Amino acid sequence: MEPLLEVKNITKRFGGLTAVDNVSMKIYPGEVIGILGDNGAGKSTLIKVISGVHHAEVGQTFFEGRRVKINNTMEALKIGIETIYQDLALAENMNVYSNIFLGREKLKKFLGLVDVLDHEYMHSESKKVLNRLEIKIPSLKNKIRNLSGGQRQAVAISRSIYWNAKLLIMDEPTAALGVAEQKKVLNLVKTLSSQGVSIIMISHQLHDVFSVATRLIIMRRAKKVAERITKKTSADEVVGLIVGSLPGDYIEDSEEKR
Amino acid sequence: MINYDKPKEIGISILRKWIFIFLVGEIIFFSIAGTNYFSLKNIQNILVSSTTVLLLATGETFVIITGGIDLSVGFMVGFSSVVCAKIMVNLEAAGFSQLLAITIGILAALLVGLIPGFINGFLVAKLRVPSFIATFGMYGIAYGFAEIICNNVPVHNLPTSLGSLGHGYLFYWLPGKIFSFLSKPENLTREELKHLVSIIPNVTVITFIFIAIFAFILAKTKFGQHTYAIGGNINAAERAGVNIEVHLIKVYMISSFFASLAGVMYVLQFITGRAPAGSARLIDAVVAVVIGGASLSGGKGTVMGTFIGAMIIGALEIGLVNLSVPTYNLHIAVGCILIFAVLIDQFSPELIQTEGEI
Repeated sequence: MEPLLEVKNITKRFGGLTAVDNVSMKIYPGEVIGILGDNGAGKSTLIKVISGVHHAEVGQTFFEGRRVKINNTMEALKIGIETIYQDLALAENMNVYSNIFLGREKLKKFLGLVDVLDHEYMHSESKKVLNRLEIKIPSLKNKIRNLSGGQRQAVAISRSIYWNAKLLIMDEPTAALGVAEQKKVLNLVKTLSSQGVSIIMISHQLHDVFSVATRLIIMRRAKKVAERITKKTSADEVVGLIVGSLPGDYIEDSEEKR
Repeated sequence: MINYDKPKEIGISILRKWIFIFLVGEIIFFSIAGTNYFSLKNIQNILVSSTTVLLLATGETFVIITGGIDLSVGFMVGFSSVVCAKIMVNLEAAGFSQLLAITIGILAALLVGLIPGFINGFLVAKLRVPSFIATFGMYGIAYGFAEIICNNVPVHNLPTSLGSLGHGYLFYWLPGKIFSFLSKPENLTREELKHLVSIIPNVTVITFIFIAIFAFILAKTKFGQHTYAIGGNINAAERAGVNIEVHLIKVYMISSFFASLAGVMYVLQFITGRAPAGSARLIDAVVAVVIGGASLSGGKGTVMGTFIGAMIIGALEIGLVNLSVPTYNLHIAVGCILIFAVLIDQFSPELIQTEGEI
C-alpha cells in the first residue's frame, strides 16, 4: 500500500538550534502513529513542518505519492492535512454547527436577492458527521462555551473530518481532559482510524498513545532515535528510549542505499 | 426548538429578555405617572430625540461584538454635520438648486465619513493599535477638523427646503377626511391644521431602515457570523480562513458610516451643522449596546438588543422631563440600569438545550 504521507530527511533549524535533525517517517491510510519524546525533543516542530506552520530547510514531503510543498497552513488544509491544536480553535460564543462551518458557511438566497446563512443545512450536515463519528452532543445549537472539554475536542475533530481531512495531527489531545473524557477521545481516534483517517498523535501520556497507536516514533534531541510496533514494545523500553537510558537503534535510510 | 417544560427554564428565558420587560415597564410607569406620556405625539418625540443614540449604538454594536470599541463616533457626528451643512450652503450659494445641494451634501458627508472608519480599522487590524487608543485619537482629530471646516461657528443659512424633509412625516391624517403621504395635504384651514395627525417622522423612517438593514446583516449573513467569530476567538476565525484585517476595517467603516448618518440626521433635524453635535451621545450609545446584551470583551450582542437599550434611555429621558424631574437624575438612573444590566448578564445562567439528542 502507498503511504498517505511520507516525509524524508526533514531538518529544521532555528538560528543555531537544530530542532529537527534529518527525520523521516511514513504514515499509511487509517494508521494511528504516536510521536513520543521529552520536552524539546522536536515533536512539535516536526508536526508543524508537516502542517505548514514551519518550513524545513532540508527534506521532502510526499502526499498520496506526489511530491508536495506545503508553504502555509491553508495549503495543508487544502490537501487534507488538518491539525487539532491544544486550544482547539473554536469560537466559544458560537454554537456547534456554526463552528463546524466557520469560514466555509453554507449560504442560501433570501428572497432570491441576498445570501444568508443556511442554518438548517449546516445543522443537519453537522448532525450527520457527528453521527458518523458516534459523537453525542445534546444539541448542536448549544454554544461551545457550554460543552465539556471532550465535547469540544469532538467538535474540533468533526469539523476537520467534515472538510475531508485525510490526515489528522493531534497535539496533546487528552491533556486537558478528565479520565472519562480522555477515553471518549481515544475511542473517537479509533473510530476515525477505522474509517480510513490517518492520525499522528503527540502525547506525554504513554498510556493513551499505547492504547490507540499501532506504531510509535521516538524522538530525542531533535533526532528520531527509534521506531517500534506498539505490540512489540513495552512502556519501559519506550521510556528508556525517550530519556536516553536505552540507546537508539534507528538508522536513517540515505538516498544512496535505495 | 427550546424546551419550555420546566419552570426553571421559563424563568431563565424571561430573565434573558428582561430588557424588553424593563422597557415596557418603564413606558407603563411613565404613562401612569406622567401627563400625555403614552400618546402618538410623545412616542414619536421619544423616537426622534433618540435618533443619534440609535444610530451610533447600531454601528457601535458591530465594533463591540468584535471586542473593540469606537470612541471616535462621538465627534464624528459633529464632523459629518459640519461637512454636510457646509457643502449644502456653498453649493446653494454657487447657484445649485436646493434639491441638488441637499442631495450632494448628504452623499458627500456619508462618503467622507467613511474615511475615519477606514483609518480606525486600518490602525486596529493592520497595525494592532488598541481600538480604544486608535479611535480616541480619531475622536480628537474629527473634532479638530470639524472646527477648522466651520471656522469655530455653527453653519447656518442652509437650504430652506431642508425643514420639510427633516421635520416632515411619512403620513398625515386628518381624521375622517384626508390621508396623505410624505407631504401635508394642501389648502387646509387653520382649524383643520390643528387636528392634523402626523404619523412617523421622516428622520425615524430613515433611521429604522438602516437599523433594519444592519440588523439583518448581523443576524443572517456570513458577514455577521464572522463578526461574532472574531469577537469569540480571533485566532479561530483566522485559522478558519476569515480575512481578519479586511473584516475589521469594514466593521469600523460601518461604525463611522452610522456616525456620519447621525450627523446628516442632525442637519435635517436642526438645520445647522455644529462641531460638538452629538458628542454627548457617545457614552449613551455605548451604554445602550451594553444594556442590549453585548459584552465589551466581545462575541455577544444584537442590533435588536441595542435598539431596546437605546429606547430604554430615550424613554427614560423624555419620561423624566415629563415628570419635571431635573435631568441630572437621568445620569443616576442610566448608571444604575447599566450596572444592573451587566450584573444580570453575569449571573443569569444560560439556557442549555437538551432536546434534540443526536
